[in-house]
Amino acid sequence: MTDLAEPGAITQTTRKDWTSDQEVRWCPGCGDYSILAAVQMLLPELGVRRENTVFLSGIGCAARFPYYMNTYGLHSIHGRAPAIATGLAATRPDLDVWVVTGDGDSLSIGGNHLIHALRRNINITILLFNNQIYGLTKGQYSPTSEVAKVTKSTPFGSLERPFNPLSLALGAEATFVARTHDMDRKHMMETFRRAHDHRGASFVEIYQNCNVFNDGAFAQITGKDNRGEMLIPLVHGEPIRYGPEGEHGVVLRADGSISLVEVADVDESDLLVHDEHRDNPGLAFQLSRLSRGPFEPTPIGVFRDVERAEYGAEMARQIEETTARKGPGDLRDLLRSGSSWTVS
Amino acid sequence: MTDTTTNHEPSRVLDRVVIRFAGDSGDGMQLAGDRFTTSSALLGNDLATLPDFPAEIRAPAGTLAGVSAFQVHISDHDILTPGDDPNVLVAMNPAALRANLPTLPPGATIIANVDAFDDRNLGKAGFAHNPLADGSLSAYTVYEVPMTSITTEVCKEAGVKPRDAERSKNFFALGLISWLYTRPLDPTVEWIEARFSSNPMVKEANLRALKAGFHFGETAELFESSYEVRPAPLEPGEYVNVTGNTAVAWGLIAASRVSGLPLFLGTYPITPASDILHELSKHKNFGVRTFQAEDEIAGVGAALGAAFGGALGVTTTSGPGLDLKAETIGLAVSLELPLVVVDIQRGGPSTGLPTKTEQGDLLHAMYGRHGEAPLPIVAASTPSHCFDVALEAVRLAVKYRTPVILLSDGYLANGTEPWRLPDVERLPRIDPDFATAPNHTRPDGTEELWPYQRDEATLARPWAPPGVAGLEHRIGGLEKSDGSGSVAYDGANHERMTRLRAAKIAGITADIPLVEVDDEQAGATVLVVGWGSTYGAIAAGVRRVRALGHQVAHAHLTHLNPFPPNLGDVLRSYRSVLVPEVNLGQLSRLLRAEYLVDVVSFTKVQGVPFRAAEIESAILHQVDAEARREEEAGAGWPASAGGEQ
Ligand code: SF4
Repeated sequence: MTDLAEPGAITQTTRKDWTSDQEVRWCPGCGDYSILAAVQMLLPELGVRRENTVFLSGIGCAARFPYYMNTYGLHSIHGRAPAIATGLAATRPDLDVWVVTGDGDSLSIGGNHLIHALRRNINITILLFNNQIYGLTKGQYSPTSEVAKVTKSTPFGSLERPFNPLSLALGAEATFVARTHDMDRKHMMETFRRAHDHRGASFVEIYQNCNVFNDGAFAQITGKDNRGEMLIPLVHGEPIRYGPEGEHGVVLRADGSISLVEVADVDESDLLVHDEHRDNPGLAFQLSRLSRGPFEPTPIGVFRDVERAEYGAEMARQIEETTARKGPGDLRDLLRSGSSWTVS
Repeated sequence: MTDTTTNHEPSRVLDRVVIRFAGDSGDGMQLAGDRFTTSSALLGNDLATLPDFPAEIRAPAGTLAGVSAFQVHISDHDILTPGDDPNVLVAMNPAALRANLPTLPPGATIIANVDAFDDRNLGKAGFAHNPLADGSLSAYTVYEVPMTSITTEVCKEAGVKPRDAERSKNFFALGLISWLYTRPLDPTVEWIEARFSSNPMVKEANLRALKAGFHFGETAELFESSYEVRPAPLEPGEYVNVTGNTAVAWGLIAASRVSGLPLFLGTYPITPASDILHELSKHKNFGVRTFQAEDEIAGVGAALGAAFGGALGVTTTSGPGLDLKAETIGLAVSLELPLVVVDIQRGGPSTGLPTKTEQGDLLHAMYGRHGEAPLPIVAASTPSHCFDVALEAVRLAVKYRTPVILLSDGYLANGTEPWRLPDVERLPRIDPDFATAPNHTRPDGTEELWPYQRDEATLARPWAPPGVAGLEHRIGGLEKSDGSGSVAYDGANHERMTRLRAAKIAGITADIPLVEVDDEQAGATVLVVGWGSTYGAIAAGVRRVRALGHQVAHAHLTHLNPFPPNLGDVLRSYRSVLVPEVNLGQLSRLLRAEYLVDVVSFTKVQGVPFRAAEIESAILHQVDAEARREEEAGAGWPASAGGEQ
C-alpha cells in the first residue's frame, strides 16, 4: 500500500499526488486544462484523502476529467452522471463525490437527472463546464448556445433560446449555486473550495473556452482587459459593486427588479448587499439573469449557499431511527411476517 | 365454526375447488380472495392464487372494463396452478358475471349478488335481458343472494349509513363462501379487528357483514350442504403464503444478509413491479436503502453508482423500463460491476397490457443492448422460487462482477402459493471478495491496482470500491486495455476484451446445476422444456398426460444464459421437444440456435398463463405424432419433430 495507508492521519499532498499517469488529451489551448489545474492545486489544500475522493462524469470533452485525477474515478454514459452519483453518495457518505459535466451532458441529455439531484440535495459537487457548444461531436449548438448561432447542425442559425444554467439550478431548488470562469485560477479555486465545503448538492457553472469550436465565447467578459468592467464579483455581506474603481454597482428597485447603476448616481447605502444565505432564492435568481449573455456585465462567485437536509444523511437517519425502534432486522422474523402456519 | 344446522346435510368432502371472486374494482374482491386464501392456508390446504386486475385504477363502475377478480384453488393434495376453470363464481354484479362466463364450465356454481342485477347495471354490462331470469344460465347452478340489502340491513342496526354499509358487501360474500367451504371465521375476525382498529364504524360494519354472510349460508335453505376440503399432506415445516414480488424482495434482503453488502434499490414505479419497492421500503432496519428515482434510467444508474461504492445495487422494472435501462446495463457490462436487474414481465410491446402477464422479454434480456454485451439471465418458476432466484442472481452478479437479469412476470408477481420457509442459518454465504491490495507492480517498483486483471478461474475482475488507499483507479464505458484498464482503442485489444467478457459469462455454465429432467420411467419420447412461470401449468399438464397412461418428460430452466451444461445432451436424448411459452417462441429460438435441435414451439399471448388443459392437449398431440411417426418409420424415426405449431 502507499503513503496514505496509515489510518487517521492525512498526509500532506501536492498537486502531483492528485495527477494520474494518463496523458491529457484535450485540444491544446482548451479551457479544460486550467480547470483541471485549479482542481489539482486545490485538493492538497482541502486536507482530504485521495482514496475518499471520486470523480464521476458522463460524456463529452469535460467527461475525460476523471482519467486525469489520481483518485477513484468513473467515466459513465451521456447525461447520467448525476444519477450514478446519487447512488454512490447516498450509500457512501464518507466520500467526496465530484461530478464533472458539460452543457450538453447535463443540460440536454441529462437535464432530468441534474434537476432532481439538485432538488434532492444529494451530497455531490457538480462542475459544469459551459462552453456553449458540443465539442466532442465536433461543433453542434448546445442548450446554452445563443439564438441564431450558426453551427454545423444549424447552418441557418439556431432557433432555440438558451438555458441560463444558474436560473435553472435555482429553479430546481439548488442549495449552492456559483459561477466562475477558466481564466481566473484563484477565483476557480476559491469557488470550488466553497462548493466542496457545502453539505448537499453544489452547482458551479464554469465559463469554459472551447478554442476549437466556439473560441472566444466569453472573451468579452473574461478577457484580461475586460474583466474589470464586465465581471461583477459577488461577496457575501458586501454591497455588490464592480469596475476598476468599484464605480458601478447593483441596486434593488422599488418594483423589486435589480439593475446596474453608477455608484456616483446613488446613495451608497442603496447598493444591494449580497446575501448568499437568503432563504428565498428570488434575488439570487434575478442576479443569475442580470446579464443576458457573456457580453454584458455578469456576476460571478457564490449566488446562493443555504443549509438544507442532505439526502444521504436523511436516508441514513431513517435507517438508524427505524433500527432503533424495531431493532435490527431478523431474517427469520421477516420471512414469517405474514401469517405463518406450521405443518407437522 | 364448522357445525352446520340441521337444515343441511352434513358437509360433503371435496378434494379440490376453484373459486373466483369477481366484482367491480371498487368492490374489494382482491381483499375477499386474499382473506379466504389465508384461512385456507391456515387450515392446511395446498393452494395457488391468481389475481386479475383491470388496467384502469377506477374504470366506470359496473362496466366490463372495471371488473376485478381473484381466483383461488384450494386442495387436499399438492397442486401446481390456480386452476383452469372456476367451480364457483361469486359475481357481485352483471359485469362480473358477463366477464367471467366464458371461462365457466357447465355445471359450475354461480353465486350472484342479485341486488346489483338492476336494469342500469345489466345495461352497462351489455345484457339485453336479466340472465338470472331468462334461462340463459341453465347449465349452471345459480344462487341469487341479496348481498347488498342484507349487508345494509345488518349494518343499519349498528348505525352505519347505507352508503357506507354497502362497501362491506365483500365481507358478506367472504362470510358466505367461508360457510360454504367450512372455513373458520376467526382469522378474518382477528384481521378485521386489527386492520380497522382506528375506525370502529368500518370495523363493526365489516364484522357484521362477515357474520351475516356466514349465517345466511347456515340458515337460508338455499344451499343443500356445505363442503369441506381437507388439509393437504404438505411437508412438515413452517409455511407462509407468499407472492412472487414479496419473495423477490425477501430474497434480496437475504442476499444482502449473506453477502454483508448493504442493499440499495434504485427504481421507478411501474406495474407490476412496484410492490417490490413497496416491500423493500418497509425494511429499513435491515439497512435497506430504497430510492424512487426520477425515471427508469436514474433508477438503474443510481443502483450502478451504489455498486461502484460497494453496495448490492438492484433495480426493478417491467418491459418499458427495461428498454430505458438498456444503456446503463451495457455500461455495467463494460464496467464489470455487480448489478441485479429484476424484470417483472408484462404484455408488450410498448405500454401493452400493464396488468397482464407475458414472457415476452427473454430475447430482450438476452440481446437488448448494443455491441457484444452478454450477461447472465435467471428466471423464477413459481412465486416462492423468486426467493431462491433472487439469491442466485446476487450470487452470480457478485462472483462474476456482472449485471444479471432476473425474469419474473405479472403472474408470479401477484400469484401466491404456500412456501415452506428455508432455514435462514443455512443459506449459503456470498463472498464479495473486495480487492484489498494492489495487484500490479510498475517498472519503478511501486504498486497499483489493475482493475481489469482477471481472476484466472472465473475471469472476474477485482471489485475495489473507493475508500482503500493505494487502490485508486479509474474505469469507464470506453474500451479498456486488458489488465490495466486504461482507455484503449486498438482493435486487437478490443477483440481480446470482447472475447474475455463473453468467455466470463459462458464460463458460468460450469458453476450452475445440471438441468433436472422429470421423466418418471425414463421411457418418454417427448420432452417438454419450459422456463419461468409456465412451470405450474406444464407440470400439471404432464401429470394429466401421465394419468392417461402416456410417458412424457419435463425439464424446467432457471438459468437461461448461460444454459445448464447438460442441456444439449438432454434435448438430444428425446425424439421431440415441446417448448411452451407465453410469447411467440423466444426460448425455442435460443435452443435451436444453440443446439441445432428442431424443437416444437407451442405459444400463447393472451395476457394469462397457460391452462393445464392446453399443455395437456399440446403434449398429447406431440405424443400422438411421435407414435404415428414410429409406426410409419418402423424401427427408425426421423431426427426432427417437424415445424412449429
Ligand atoms: S473540442 Fe473544445 S472543449 Fe473539447 S477539448 Fe477541444 S477545445 Fe476543449
